[in-house]
Amino acid sequence: MDYATFLQILDTTVRLATPLLLACLAGLYSERAGVFDIGLEGKMLMAAMTSAAVAALTGSVWVGLAAGILGALLFALVHGLASITFRGNQLISGVALNFVASGITVLIAQDLFGQGGRTPPLSGGARFNAISLPFVDSLSVVPILGPMYREVISGHTFLVYVAAALVPATWWLLYRTRFGLRLRAVGENPASVDTAGVSVIRLRFTAVLITGVLCGLAGAYMSTGLQAGFGREMTAGRGYIALAALIFAKWRPWQALGATMLFGFFQALALRPDVIAKTGLSIPVPALDALPYILTVVVLAGIVGKAIPPRAGGEPYVKER
Amino acid sequence: MQGQGTLGRQASAAPFAIELRGISKAFGPVQANKDISIQVAKGSIHGIIGENGAGKSTLMSILYGFYKADSGEILIDGKPTTIPDSQSAIRAGIGMVFQHFKLVQNFTVLENVILGAEEGAMLAPSLSKARKVLGDLAREYELDVDPDALIEDLSVGHQQRVEILKALYRQADILILDEPTGVLTPAEADHLFRILNGLKDQGKTIILITHKLREIMEITDMVSVMRRGQMVATVTTAQTSPEELAELMVGRKVLLHVHKDPATPGAAVLEVENLRVVDDQKVERLRGISLTVRAGEILGIAGVAGNGQSELLEVLGGIAKGSGTIRLNGKELDLTGKFSDGRSRRADGIAHVPEDRQVLGLIMDFSAWENVAFGYHHAPEYQKNALFMDNDAIRADTEKKMATFDVRPPIPTLAAKNFSGGNQQKIVVAREIERNPDLLLIGQPTRGVDIGAIEFIHKQIVALRDQGKAILLVSVELDEIMSLSDRIAVMFDGRIMGERDPATTNERELGLLMAGVGGESA
Amino acid sequence: MMQKLPTWADVVLVPLISLLLAAFVSALVLLAIGQSPSEALKVMVEGALVSPYGWGYTLYYATSFIFTGLAVTIAYHAGLFNIGAEGQAQLGGLGVALVCLALPWPHWTLALPAAMVGAALFGAAWAAIPAYLQAKRGSHIVITTIMFNYIASALLIYILVEVLRPDGQMDPASARFPAGTKLPTLHEIPGLSLIFTKQVPANVTLFIALAACVVIWAILWRTRLGYEIRAFGKSEAAARYAGISPVKVTMIAMLISGALAGLMAINNVMGESERLLQNASEGAGFIGIAVALMGRNHPLGVLLAALLFGFLYQGGAELGLWTSIPIELRTVVQGLVILFTGALDQMVRMMLGVVFRTRRPQAA
Repeated sequence: MDYATFLQILDTTVRLATPLLLACLAGLYSERAGVFDIGLEGKMLMAAMTSAAVAALTGSVWVGLAAGILGALLFALVHGLASITFRGNQLISGVALNFVASGITVLIAQDLFGQGGRTPPLSGGARFNAISLPFVDSLSVVPILGPMYREVISGHTFLVYVAAALVPATWWLLYRTRFGLRLRAVGENPASVDTAGVSVIRLRFTAVLITGVLCGLAGAYMSTGLQAGFGREMTAGRGYIALAALIFAKWRPWQALGATMLFGFFQALALRPDVIAKTGLSIPVPALDALPYILTVVVLAGIVGKAIPPRAGGEPYVKER
Repeated sequence: MQGQGTLGRQASAAPFAIELRGISKAFGPVQANKDISIQVAKGSIHGIIGENGAGKSTLMSILYGFYKADSGEILIDGKPTTIPDSQSAIRAGIGMVFQHFKLVQNFTVLENVILGAEEGAMLAPSLSKARKVLGDLAREYELDVDPDALIEDLSVGHQQRVEILKALYRQADILILDEPTGVLTPAEADHLFRILNGLKDQGKTIILITHKLREIMEITDMVSVMRRGQMVATVTTAQTSPEELAELMVGRKVLLHVHKDPATPGAAVLEVENLRVVDDQKVERLRGISLTVRAGEILGIAGVAGNGQSELLEVLGGIAKGSGTIRLNGKELDLTGKFSDGRSRRADGIAHVPEDRQVLGLIMDFSAWENVAFGYHHAPEYQKNALFMDNDAIRADTEKKMATFDVRPPIPTLAAKNFSGGNQQKIVVAREIERNPDLLLIGQPTRGVDIGAIEFIHKQIVALRDQGKAILLVSVELDEIMSLSDRIAVMFDGRIMGERDPATTNERELGLLMAGVGGESA
Repeated sequence: MMQKLPTWADVVLVPLISLLLAAFVSALVLLAIGQSPSEALKVMVEGALVSPYGWGYTLYYATSFIFTGLAVTIAYHAGLFNIGAEGQAQLGGLGVALVCLALPWPHWTLALPAAMVGAALFGAAWAAIPAYLQAKRGSHIVITTIMFNYIASALLIYILVEVLRPDGQMDPASARFPAGTKLPTLHEIPGLSLIFTKQVPANVTLFIALAACVVIWAILWRTRLGYEIRAFGKSEAAARYAGISPVKVTMIAMLISGALAGLMAINNVMGESERLLQNASEGAGFIGIAVALMGRNHPLGVLLAALLFGFLYQGGAELGLWTSIPIELRTVVQGLVILFTGALDQMVRMMLGVVFRTRRPQAA
C-alpha cells in the first residue's frame, strides 16, 4: 500500500471514527455516573433523523443540529426517568428505547417527506461542509507530515473537530473539576455523594443529559456531515460499537479516542477490499466488520487486562437506613 | 461534671446542642420511632443504646436528613431547625459516621474529604486547602492518615478516621457515630475513644449509638435507652450499671446465662489442621488454623468481625475453597475439587446455619417451603421420581417443622421476606438442625433476632449438643460465646490466638486475645 | 416506602396497564403523524384476527415468538439477560439448513427431528461462549450477547455468500431444501384444514412450541434443575451456600436458552422460507425480550404475549399493505411494551398503588 492510499484510509478512519468517538464519550458520562446506557444507538438514530429533517425543512444545518440535540435529549430524558426516577432496569430501558427510535424515525420521516422513511438529500447550507485548516497549501511541501496534514487532519467537517476537542475537555472535566469528582463518585458509591449533601438524582440526570447532547452531535454528524440525509437504520449498530469502544477504553477519555480510531480504522479497511487484496492476505470483509465486536469480547474475557466498570453501574440508588 | 443532675434547670441558661421533641416516624404499619424526646448537652458524649431494631438508626437518620419525621421538633443550639436533607444537616453542624462507611474506594483520602465540600468549580485549590486542614486535624486529635492513600488500601480503622475527618472538615460540632466499634479490634476501639475524648475536650458534642454496654459505661456521660421505637430512659452513666441498662433495653430481667449441664465430650468429630484460605483479592484470610470439635461439645469462636471467622465457616460449609486438612469422623474432606461444595458437605453430615441468613441462608423471594428444601433439594424424601420434585412432601415437612419450632405465622407458602428476623432464623435453624447432622456450623445465631427467639435458639443448640453432636459456634457477641461454649477459641487476623475454658477466663483476657495480644500460638 | 400490591394485581394488572400505556402512546404517535388510531386498529384486527387466513399468519409469528420468549425467560430466571436470542436464532437457522441440505430426506417426519437437533445445537453453541465467559470470567452477558449478535450476522453473511450460495445465484441465500423436508402447514393437517382453507405459513412447529411451553414450565417449577436455576437467579451467594454450582447453572440455563432460540428456525427457515436467507430471524430474537417481559417470565404468559405480538406483527404488515402507516409502527409498539413492562414497571406499580390506596378506605 503506497503512502497516498494509506492517507486515504486514515482520512476515512477519521471520518468514520468521529460518530463512534462522540457516542463513546456520550456513554462515558452516563456510565461514569453509574447509569448504564445501551441506548446510545437509539439516541444517535433519533438525532440523525431530527437533524436531517429540520435541516431539510429550514435549509440550515445549525438549526438541524439543534433539533438533533433536542431529539436525543428527549430519549435521554426518558432513559433518566426510567432508570433514575423510577429505578427501573437500565439495560431494558436502553434496549426498549433503541426499538422505539428504530421505528419512530421512519414513521416521522415518512410522514414529513413521504420518501420511504428517508429525508431528501441535503446540500449547501443544510449540511456541514469540509473546513480547510490554515497553511494547508504552504505546509504541503513538508515531506510526509505535509500531506498527512492536508489529507488526514484538514478537510473535515465542523463536528469532527468538536469531537477531537471533546477528548481533552472530557478528561479535564472528569479529573480536574468539582463536577468531575462528583460524577466519578456517584458512579462508584452514590451513598458517598448523598451523605455529603449532594443530590444523586440531579447529578445522574445531568450526566444522562450530557450523554443525550453528545449522542445528538453523533447523530447529527451521521446525517449532515458524514452523509447527506437520513435513511432508515442509518446508524447501523454504531451505538453498540461505541459501547464496545467504551469498554475497550475502560471508561477513560483518551483511551476512548484510541479505541474509536482503531474501530474506525477497521471500518475504513472494510470499505477498501482492493487494499486488503493487495496485501496478499485473504481477509473476508465480514470478518473486518465483526472485528470490533470480537475485540470487545476478548477484552471482556479479561484476556487483555480486566475491564472493571464503575462499581455502582446499573444499580438504581436506594437510600439505606 | 458537676450539676448533671440539674440539667433540666440549666436548659434556659445554656441551650442543648441537640434537643428532640416528640419525634415519631412510621414505615407503613411499623412504628419505628414513637414520640421520642431527648436532650444532648453541649460538649458531652451521649450514648444511645438499644437492641437491633429498637429504632436507633432511624432516629439518627431523621437527624441527618435521610428521613422526614412524621411529627415532632428538632432544636439545634436551642433553635428550632428543619432538616429536610443531608445538606441541611451538614449546615446545622451535624456530622455522621455511618456503620457502613460512605467512602469512594478508588479515590484518595483527600478526594473523599473534599467531596461535596469543594471550594469552587476547580479541584486544585480545594485539594491543597484540605491537605493543610488534614495536617492540622491529625496533630490535634491523633487522626493521622496518609492524605494521598487510596481508600481501598487502608485498614478499616483508618477508613473510619477518614469518615471522622470528613465530618470535621465540614466543621461539624455534633458528631454522630453509628455502631463505630463493630469492625474494630479492642485496641483500635481504644484509639477511637481517645479521639472522641479529645474532640469532647474541644467542645464538640458526640452521640454514640451502640448495642454494647461496655462502650457505654466506658466513654459516655449520659445514656439514653431505646426499646421498640420508644425512648424508655435517659440516665447519667456514672449513676447506672450494665445490669440496669440491660434490663431497660429488653424490658425485663435478662438471663445472662443459658442453663446447661456440663458437657460430656466424646470422640473427635471435626479435626482441622493448618487450614488456609486465600480470597479473590489474593489476601490470605485464614493463616493455618488448627482445631478440634468433639461429639457433645460446643466450641465457640470469639473474635472481632473480619478476622477470618466467616472464611472458616465458608470453607467448612463448602462455600469457599482452601488448603490444609479437614477430617470429619476421621474421613478427610475435599477442599478444592469436585466434592468441596456445599452439597457434598451436607452429604457428609455437616449442617450450616450461616452468619447472614438474608444473604446466604434464605432466598428471600422464595416461599417458606421452598426455603426448607434449600440445600437439601436433592434429598430423596423430597423427590417424586427420577425427574420431578415432590412439592407436596416439602410443604408437609415445612408445616411439621414450623410447628416444632413455633414459626409464626405458620404459613408455608408465605415468602421468606415476609417473616420477622427471628422467625426467618427459626426457619433456617429448623432446616439445619432437623437434618440431624454430625456437625453443626452456626454463625451469629441470634443477630437481629428478638429476645424470645434468642432463648429458643440457644436451647435448641444446647439440646443438639446433649444429643452428642459437635457444634462450632461463631459469634461476635462475647456474652453469647461465654454462655454457650464449652471451650472458647479466639481468632485474630486469620489465626487462632488461643483456647480458653469459659469457666476460668474473663472478658478482659478474651479481649486481649481478640486484639492479637498474648496467646500461645503464633 | 413502596406500597405493596396484591399478587393478582402485580401479575395481571401491571402487564395489562403497561400494554394499555404502550397502546396509548402509540395512538398519540399515530395522531401526531396524522393517522387515525381507530382506523389502524380496525385494519389490524381485520387483517390478523377476523379470518382464518389472518390467524394463519398471526399463529406463524406467534410460534417464533414463543421460542424466543421462552429463551429469554429461562435465562431470566437464572438472573441472566440474554439479548442474544437474535444471533442464536440465526445460528439455529444455519443448523437447520445444514441438516436439511445434508441428505435427500425422504419424509418430513424424519427430517424434522434431525433439523431440531441441528437448530438446538447451533443455537446452544452460540450461547455457550457468552455463557462460559460469564460463568468463568465474569464478562457481562448483556454486552457479550449483543456482540455475538453482530458477529453472528457477519458470520452468516460470509457463509451464505462464500459457502452455501449455489453457483450462478445472485442473492445471498442457500439452495432450496429438498422436498422431503417440507413441513405440513395448518392448511395441510387433516381436521385443521377445515378451518384453514387457504395456504398459510403457520405449520406443525406451532405444536412443538406449545409443547416447549409445558416442558419449560415443568423444568422451572417441578425439577431440581429449575429449582437451582431460580435460586441462583435470585441470589448467587445463597446458591453457593446451598451447594448449587454457579458455573453449571449459568451454562445449562444459557444452553437451554440458546437451544430454544435456535429452535425458532424450524418455524421460519424449514417451515416457511424452505431455504436459509440473510437475516432470516427478522428481529424475532429481540421480540422475545418483549414477550418474556410482557408474559412476566412465565410460560403461560409467554404464550399469551406471543399471540399478542403475533397479532401485532401480522396486523402491522396489513397496515403496511392497506394504509400509508409504515410497517415500522410495530417496532415502536414493541419498544414501548418493553419500556413500560421492563423499565417503567415501578411507575405502573406506583400508579396502581395510588388506586389501591384510595380504594381501600371505601371498601372498609
